Amino acid sequence: MGINRREFLKIAGVSVVAGLGGASAIDLLRRAPVEASQVSPNPKALTAKRWAMVVDTRKLTGADCKRMIEACHRIHNVPDIGTKQEVKWIWTEEYKHAFPDDMNKFVSDEVKHKPFLMLCNHCDQPACVRVCPTKATYKRADGIVMMDMHRCIGCRFCMAACPFGARSFNFGDPRPYVKEENPKYPTRMRGVVEKCTFCTERLAEGLMPACVEVSNGALVFGDLDDPNSEVRQVLRSNYSIRRKPNLGTQPCVYYIV
Amino acid sequence: MYDGGKIITGLVVFVGLVTFPLWSNVGKAAKKPDPKIDTPVIQQLAEKKCIEPKAFMQAEHMKILNDWRDSVVRDGNGIYVSSSGKSFNMSLQKECMNCHSNKKKFCDECHNYADVKPYCWTCHIEPKEKEKVAWASIEENS
Ligand code: SF4
Ligand code: SF4
Repeated sequence: MGINRREFLKIAGVSVVAGLGGASAIDLLRRAPVEASQVSPNPKALTAKRWAMVVDTRKLTGADCKRMIEACHRIHNVPDIGTKQEVKWIWTEEYKHAFPDDMNKFVSDEVKHKPFLMLCNHCDQPACVRVCPTKATYKRADGIVMMDMHRCIGCRFCMAACPFGARSFNFGDPRPYVKEENPKYPTRMRGVVEKCTFCTERLAEGLMPACVEVSNGALVFGDLDDPNSEVRQVLRSNYSIRRKPNLGTQPCVYYIV
Repeated sequence: MYDGGKIITGLVVFVGLVTFPLWSNVGKAAKKPDPKIDTPVIQQLAEKKCIEPKAFMQAEHMKILNDWRDSVVRDGNGIYVSSSGKSFNMSLQKECMNCHSNKKKFCDECHNYADVKPYCWTCHIEPKEKEKVAWASIEENS
């Protein structure tokens, strides 16, 4: 047993150096083939600097809203649970819940009882993104507040932070509650949060969001940064409101009332 | 030696327990995995080639899928141009499983053998496999 401390340290040092060198050599060898290939966006993809939506509530009836909700939930495999543990991407709300900042005591009967279409506002200053500890929720360059389901740990900070109730938690496995699976889109699993994505998967293929497509023109979707876009034209010629604007999240879904 | 008998018996039992996995599996070599690519879509391909060479796919498919998911979800890139210059949709459900619609006989075959449990399928929907397909391949094997 003739090894003293000094010799041991020498051997250890040499092995560490050898080990590090060896590992990097292996990495270099392995990485080569993947980098030979390239990735690119779909050339048909719809792009914008700042996606936004305008909901023309004057043109919307309860039946219209139902049709849009069904279209969205069907193609995104959103489970229909029907209890307090419901999962929703798009839903309806009464005026007083949708716009609680409106302090007017008396509003018109029509507005009072009309269903308002609610969805994630894809805020410009999204509270949900600021609190997400894993960056599972993040804001894309085109303004869409997106989720990477692979990374969500289900801490629900984002649900606490979002002032619009736009996010739902999967308390259990959602699969049994998905009536008709869309084989082109994933479901979610137990323990993750989900919400509307402005149909990023459809925009990437050159299609408008599903709700916009079935809205008969009541929803306008486009680039807020482009002064000539349809959303900007509609906003220029109509008075619009947003949900809880005083909270400063800068919602990008506008409502014409 | 005090208590020699007990110690030796104890040692024998100990060695027996420790080597249990070895001797209990003697002669029961696990069947070599044999993934099948005989799906209708692949049969109709003029050139039966995956996006990259077979050996590379065998070794690296998990890494490719990882890269794809970040590329699609994070960077919005949906198209993969392979080393042969062909373009593919970076989508497990829409591209990979379109050809490999036989998950049980393709993915599971090796994953079960290697005892790896990828969690792709907790969210991504696997292709519906008809019982008939399973029966056909059983007949084929017998
Ligand atoms: S509405 Fe809520 S979930 Fe959507 S971006 Fe704003 S804070 Fe986030
Ligand atoms: S629940 Fe998921 S998305 Fe929400 S804050 Fe936690 S990790 Fe982020």
